[in-house]
Amino acid sequence: MTTITAYTSHHSPEKGLMRWIKTTNHKDIGSLYLWFAFIMLLIGGAMAMVIRMELFQPGMQLINPQFFNQMTTMHGLIMVFGAIMPAFVGLGNWLIPMMIGAPDMALPRMNNWSFWILPFAGGILLSTFFMEGGAPAFGWTFYAPLSTTFAPDSTDFFIFAVHLLGFSSIMGAINIIATVVNMRALEMKLMDMPLFVWTWLITSFLLIGAMPVLAGAVTMMLTDRNFGTAFFDAAGGGDPVMFQHIFWFFGHPEVYIMILPAFGVISHVIPTFARKPLFGYSSMVYATASIAFLSYIVWAHHMFLTGMPVAGELYFMYATMLIAVPTGVKVFNWISTMWRGSMTFETPMLWAVSFVFLFTIGGFSGVMVGIAPADIQYHDTYFVVAHFHYVLVTGALWSIIAATFYWLPKWTGKMYNETLAKVHFWWAVISVNVLFFPQHFLGLAGMPRRIPDYSLQFADFNMISSIGGFAFGTSFILFTYIVIDCIRNGKPADARPWEGAKGLEWTLEPKAQYHSFNKPPTRELIKQESQNS
Amino acid sequence: MVDISVRKKITKIFWIKLILSPILMFAFAYAMVPIYDVFCEITGFNGTTGRINSEQVYAIDESRRIEVSFFAMTMGGFPVQFRPKINSMEVIPGKFYTTSYIAKNNTDKVIIGQAVPSVAPTEAALYFKKLECFCFNKQVFEPHQKIEMTLRFVIEPELDKRIKDVSLSYNFFKIKS
Repeated sequence: MTTITAYTSHHSPEKGLMRWIKTTNHKDIGSLYLWFAFIMLLIGGAMAMVIRMELFQPGMQLINPQFFNQMTTMHGLIMVFGAIMPAFVGLGNWLIPMMIGAPDMALPRMNNWSFWILPFAGGILLSTFFMEGGAPAFGWTFYAPLSTTFAPDSTDFFIFAVHLLGFSSIMGAINIIATVVNMRALEMKLMDMPLFVWTWLITSFLLIGAMPVLAGAVTMMLTDRNFGTAFFDAAGGGDPVMFQHIFWFFGHPEVYIMILPAFGVISHVIPTFARKPLFGYSSMVYATASIAFLSYIVWAHHMFLTGMPVAGELYFMYATMLIAVPTGVKVFNWISTMWRGSMTFETPMLWAVSFVFLFTIGGFSGVMVGIAPADIQYHDTYFVVAHFHYVLVTGALWSIIAATFYWLPKWTGKMYNETLAKVHFWWAVISVNVLFFPQHFLGLAGMPRRIPDYSLQFADFNMISSIGGFAFGTSFILFTYIVIDCIRNGKPADARPWEGAKGLEWTLEPKAQYHSFNKPPTRELIKQESQNS
Repeated sequence: MVDISVRKKITKIFWIKLILSPILMFAFAYAMVPIYDVFCEITGFNGTTGRINSEQVYAIDESRRIEVSFFAMTMGGFPVQFRPKINSMEVIPGKFYTTSYIAKNNTDKVIIGQAVPSVAPTEAALYFKKLECFCFNKQVFEPHQKIEMTLRFVIEPELDKRIKDVSLSYNFFKIKS
């Protein structure tokens, strides 16, 4: 122990602001990512509040339609590229080296760069609000020709921001692949790896496959707008529908980029609090890989209404249905893990169990919108809004919050306030359902998405949804307080604060030191802490 | 343990693959443009019509009749009056027919336009072949000129027998000069 102290005191972090700017430490960069994602979550959430305020009653109340469209567009972009993705990269940075017995990420300087691109990309994106013509208002999917011929000049800034965000994600993904392949403890075989590492490794392959395609799409937009090309302009021989193909070739893997690491987190939390080993470890790995593969061949199910031949609709429908199989394997495994376990319901477990339940609702409505003939009714309605908020809020975001409570003791060495955290959970889980569940009914009744005003028959459900929205929004004030209170005044936590927790990270000190695993873990330790037993 | 130089070599190859794959995927996004065009041409996806270079002889079933309707549209404030000469005609699959579209430039300026065809239902697009069409080239409209543009086409007899109506529409776009 003395040698470790001597070593770490020699390499303790710099003081002051420069520590965060110059840092190459995976824990520092992980924290930076998580704080950045949290701030973006609050900004994107504030936009959602504006949307829900305007939709509280029919008629135009607070903002004009143009600004409303800017709100929906920027809410989507900020939440996807600014909040969910950076939060998972932050979790990956913090946890992957500790889980595979590595001292740090494989490429620490690139890691610093890929984080510090983000605030600039986010800043450029947000700065479009102050430009002539306002921020992009064509929806987060930026379909041509809305985003090419009819978009404000600020769209070029949006394109540049997307380029930067893509750069950052690709570098992050390369770093994670390199870390898992090259830095993993020599004694750790692939099938010893914790599931969070597995899911992130597979997500990284999705990122390096999908993000460059997005970069290609926005580059084509850029040249169409400014340099006279006609990729998406029918007059010059291009095709606007092709934009949708290219976009969704990125966009569908993207939705799995946002959910696979969530599956990893849940696969850690549930076995811990069920005090049983994870049921079907290897089937989890293969299910994740199958989902990743299938995600590349189903993109046109977002485009059933573009006038596809029946054969195309059938193929994309069946391929989409197929994804329900490996996803079902996962849900089945989580439930089997809980079956006859000695379950306790600490806060991370509450989030994880509600994840399984609510994510599955989102999964089922996903199967519904995947049915080509039924999608004619659902397409571009609030049903779709309800569907993807169930998978992204009560799916991806839920797992991020579960992970925060689960690993917070390891990050800070302190325990959060369990009572307050439970109050926060029940507050959030009830309000989120009040917020999104009525949107299913609105969509089935035919309310279109992305509109600032609506017919009178939608008034009641919209008001209920808005009330749920305000309650859900304010729950994050409590969340902020709980996290800051834990960092400042939390009671000291044990090295392994959860009785049933397995994993190399729990063998470290209560608050993981600045440099961990200077010596790789032994085979016995790896075996003992493996999820695959 | 693997020899250190072998390990270094493996790592290097691994690196090249990791950096190359995003670059290749970026190129793939651009490759989707020609792939999409070829795909549309082969399958008739998106109502893309086909083109033939000479009059072929088909086996003709005189009893079959297909109603072909013609439509004309202009996009983005294209200042040319554009309409089909006749709105519809009865067609026997395998026979060649000629019709025309009429366009009149009402302005004092020269206008250059491009017509983009589309056939519905999309299943028929593959069998709708054109020998002569004003959509093959850009069209130049002199000020206040009225022109008649010919179209010579055939519907191939392989077309699904259940299809009795086919619509052909042209959309004129202005080309920036």
